[in-house]
Amino acid sequence: MKPVLEVKDLSVTFRTEDGKLSAVDRVSLEVGDGEVLAVVGESGCGKSVTAMSIAGLLPRTANVDGSVKLDGTELIGADKRTLRSIRGREVAYIFQEPMTSLNPVFTVGHQIGEVLRTHVGLSRQAARARSIELLKLVGIPSAERRVSDYPHQLSGGMRQRVMIAMAVACDPKVLIADEPTTALDVTIQAGILDVLRGLRERLGTSIVLITHDLGVVADLADRVAVMYAGRVVETAQVHELFANPQHPYTAGLLGASPAAGRHAETHRLNEIPGLVPLLSEQPDACTFADRCPRAVDFCTTSQPQLTTGQHQVACWNPVREPVEV
Amino acid sequence: MAVADIPVGLRTNRSKVVRRILRNPLAITGLVVLAIAVVLAVFAPWLAPHEPTQTHLDQAFAPPGTVGHLLGTDDLGRDVLSRIMFGLRASLHVGLLAVATSLVIGVPLGLMAGYFRAIDALISRFTDLVLAFPFLILAVGLAAIRGASLGNAAIAIGIAQIPGVIRIVRSETLRLKSLDFVAAAIVEGAGDPWVLGRHILPNAASVIIVQATVAIPAAILGEAVLSFLGLGIQPPAPSLGTMLSDAQQFASRAPWAAVMPGVAIMLLALAFNIVGDSLRDALDPKASRR
Amino acid sequence: MKRYLLSRLWQSVVTLILATIVVFAGVRALPGDPALALAGEDRDPESLRAIREQYGLDDSLLVQFWQFVSHAARGDLGRSIRTGEPVGSMIAGALPVTIELSILAILVASVIGVGAGVVAAVRRGRPAEWAANALALLGLSVPNFWLGLMAILYLSVALGLFPASGFVPFFSNPIDNLHHLVLPALILGTGLAAVIMRQTRSSMLDALSADYIRTAEAKGLSPRAVIGKHALRNSLIVVVTIVGLQLGALISGAVVTERIFALPGFGKLTVDAVFQRDYPVIQAVVLVTATAYIVINLLVDLLYSVIDPRIRVRGDA
Repeated sequence: MKPVLEVKDLSVTFRTEDGKLSAVDRVSLEVGDGEVLAVVGESGCGKSVTAMSIAGLLPRTANVDGSVKLDGTELIGADKRTLRSIRGREVAYIFQEPMTSLNPVFTVGHQIGEVLRTHVGLSRQAARARSIELLKLVGIPSAERRVSDYPHQLSGGMRQRVMIAMAVACDPKVLIADEPTTALDVTIQAGILDVLRGLRERLGTSIVLITHDLGVVADLADRVAVMYAGRVVETAQVHELFANPQHPYTAGLLGASPAAGRHAETHRLNEIPGLVPLLSEQPDACTFADRCPRAVDFCTTSQPQLTTGQHQVACWNPVREPVEV
Repeated sequence: MAVADIPVGLRTNRSKVVRRILRNPLAITGLVVLAIAVVLAVFAPWLAPHEPTQTHLDQAFAPPGTVGHLLGTDDLGRDVLSRIMFGLRASLHVGLLAVATSLVIGVPLGLMAGYFRAIDALISRFTDLVLAFPFLILAVGLAAIRGASLGNAAIAIGIAQIPGVIRIVRSETLRLKSLDFVAAAIVEGAGDPWVLGRHILPNAASVIIVQATVAIPAAILGEAVLSFLGLGIQPPAPSLGTMLSDAQQFASRAPWAAVMPGVAIMLLALAFNIVGDSLRDALDPKASRR
Repeated sequence: MKRYLLSRLWQSVVTLILATIVVFAGVRALPGDPALALAGEDRDPESLRAIREQYGLDDSLLVQFWQFVSHAARGDLGRSIRTGEPVGSMIAGALPVTIELSILAILVASVIGVGAGVVAAVRRGRPAEWAANALALLGLSVPNFWLGLMAILYLSVALGLFPASGFVPFFSNPIDNLHHLVLPALILGTGLAAVIMRQTRSSMLDALSADYIRTAEAKGLSPRAVIGKHALRNSLIVVVTIVGLQLGALISGAVVTERIFALPGFGKLTVDAVFQRDYPVIQAVVLVTATAYIVINLLVDLLYSVIDPRIRVRGDA
C-alpha cells in the first residue's frame, strides 16, 4: 500500500540568539491510507515541530531539510501558494489549546465557513449550511443555534469539536492532531477520541496523532513512532510495541502504563530519571545514553540507526525479552 | 525570611541591564545627547556666550554664523544660543519638577490601588476625574487661579501625569502581589507597610523608572506648549516655548529664531524617549515589542 | 452586557458630578472676592451687587452649587464679562470648528498610525519596521505647535500651498473649508498617530503570536486574510481604547493648533478667556471640556463593547 504521507530524513534547526538549535534530526515517518499513526514522546522531543513542519507552519527562524511527500507531491521547498492550497484542504490541523486556537472575535460558523469559502469557493450561505452539517458531524447539539455562537460561549470540549469540524471541512487526506485532548478534562477527552475514531471510520481520513498520553495511543492508534530528543527511536504496530518494546526508553515509558487494549484513562508517560538533552550536545552518541539503564560503552561514542522491517528500533543494546505487564 | 529575600526585577540584573544598554548604539547616542543637554543647561550661566535677556537692538536679526552669535540673534538682538541654553535649563527644571510631582502622588496611590482591593475603586474614580481635565485645561484653570508661572505649569503637568503613574504602578503591584515571594511574606505575617515598602516598591522600581523617563519628555513638550501660549514661564525669562511664541511674529524675517528652539526641544525629547525605550527593552527584552 | 453598561454609565455620572464640584470649587478658589474676579475691571458697587445677585454669592455654598448646576444644565453658563454675550452661544459658535478639526485629526492619525503599526509588526526586523519606529519616536518628540509654525513658514508662506490661517465654515464652502483645515489636522494628528502606531504595533505583535493565527494559517488562508482580518480585528479592540485615552491630549493639542492657525474654535476661546480673565467663560470652557471628555469616553467604551463579542455577548460556558 502506498503511504499517503511520507516523511523522509526530516531535520529542523532553529536560529536562536545562542546559535543554531537542532529540534528534529533525520526523522522518517509513513502514514498509510486511513491509518492512525501516533507519535509519542516527552515534551520537547520534537514531535510537535515535526507535525508543524509537514505543512510549512514553522516560523521563519526554522530551517527545514529532508522530504515530506503528500500523495507523491513534495511539500518541503514548495512555494507558499501551493502550501496554502494544501493547508486546510489536504492536510488539516487540530491543536492542543481549544481555548485560544479559535479567534475570539468571529463566530464559530464564520471560522468553519472560512475554510470552505477559501478552498471550495462556497458562498456565505452554502458555507453556513455546510458548517451546521459539520457541527452535527462532530456531535455538537443544536448546531443550528451554535453556529452563530462566539468561541467564549462554548465549553472547552465543544471548542475542540469546532476545531475538528473546521479541520475536516474539506475532507482532508491527512489530519494532524497535536495533543488534541491534553488540555481537556478526563471526562471530555473520551468524547473527543470517539469523534476522531468516528471520522476515521466514516471518512477514511489518515490521522497523525501527536501525544504523550499512552492511553490515547492505545485507544486510537494503529502504529506508533516513539520520539526522543529529536529522533525516532522505535516504531511498530501498536500491539507489538505495547507487548514487546525493544528500546529501553519505550520500555521505560511503558513501565507503569496500561497494556494495549485496556481502555483509555489518562496515563501519562512514566517518569524516567534525568532530563531530555539538547540534540546539539551529542552528535556522536545515543541521546538516551545518559539516562539509559542498559547503556554500554559503545552508546556514548556512536549513534545507533533505526533497524528495518515492521518493528524498527535504534539501540545498541535493545530489550529482547517481552516485558511483564 | 529566606524566601522573601529572593530578589527579582531590577535588583537581579542591574549589571546585565547596563551591559545591554551599552551594546545598543541608539541608546548611547541618546545618552550622549542627553548628557550634552544637561551640561549646557546646568552650566548655562558659565557657558553661555551672552546674557540671555540682554538686548542689543543694533545687532537684531543677525543670521546664524555671525561672529559672536553662533545661532544668530532675535528681533531684540538677543543671542539665540544663550537663550536656548537657558531655555533647556527651564525645560529640564519643569520636566523634573512635574515628574517628581506625579511620582510623589501617583506611586503611593498606585501601590494602594493594587494592594488593597477596597481602595481600588475609589482611586480609579480619582484617576477618571483627573483624566477628565486635559492637561491644558488644568493648566488654564491653575493659571486662572494662581497665575501663570514655571511652578504652576509644572504642577499642572504633574497632576495630569498622575493617572499614568497610578495605572502602571497598580498593575505592577497586582503582578508582584501574586508572586510566590510576596505571597510567602504575607503568609508569614509581614505587615502591609512592610510588604509594600520592602518587597513591592523595590521591585516595581524598574517600571517606575521607565515611566519617569518617558514622562519627562512629555512634560518638557507640555512646558513648551504652556509657555508658547503664555501660560507658563513669563517673559523675559528665556524658555524654549516663549522663544517660539516671540519668533512667530518675525518668522519670515528670521526663520532661525523659530527653527532653532524647536530643534532643541525635539532633540531633548527625542533623547529622553530613546533612552526610555532602550531602558525598557534592556530591563525586559521580552517586552521590547511593546 | 446590560450590567456592564449600567456600571459604566454610573461611573461616568459620578465622575461628572465630581468634575462639576471641582469646577465650582475652582472658581471659589480664585484669590480674593469672587465677585471682584468675576467683574473684571468693571468694579462699581452696582455691578458687583448684580454679580453677587446673579451668582448668588451671598447664599450658602450648597445653594450656590445647586444654582450653578441647575443653570448649567439648562445651558445657561452665564455671560462673558468682556462682551456680555451669553457664554453658551459663544461655545456653540466655537465648538463646530474644534469638532471638525479633531475628527479630521483622528482620521489622519488612525490611517497613518494603524497603517504604520501594521507594517512595523508584519515587517519585523526589516528596514520598514525600523523606519516606522523612527517615525513614531519623532512623532512623540516633536512639539506639534513648532511643527505647525514650520509648516506655515515653509508650506504656506514660502510655497503658498495652503492658507496660513483662518477658517471657512464647511457649509458655505466645503472645499475651501477642507483646504484651510488640512494642515492643522495633519499637525494635530502627528502626536496621536505616533501613539496609535506604537499601540497597533504592539497589539498586532501580540495577535500575530496568538494560537488563533496559527489556526488561520493552518486553514490555508492568505496572508492578507490572516493579517488584515484575524490579527487586525483583534488588535483594533485595544487601539480603540487607546484613542479614547488620548482624547485629553487631543483637546490640549487642538487648543494650541487653533492658536497657531488662528482658527476661531474652542481653543482660541479658552486662551483668550484666560488672558482676558473672563472667568465665566473659563469656568464654562473647563466644564464643557470635562463633560465632553467623560461622554466621549463612555461612547468609546460602548464602541469597544460593540467590536468585542466577549463583552457584547455573555458566555454560556
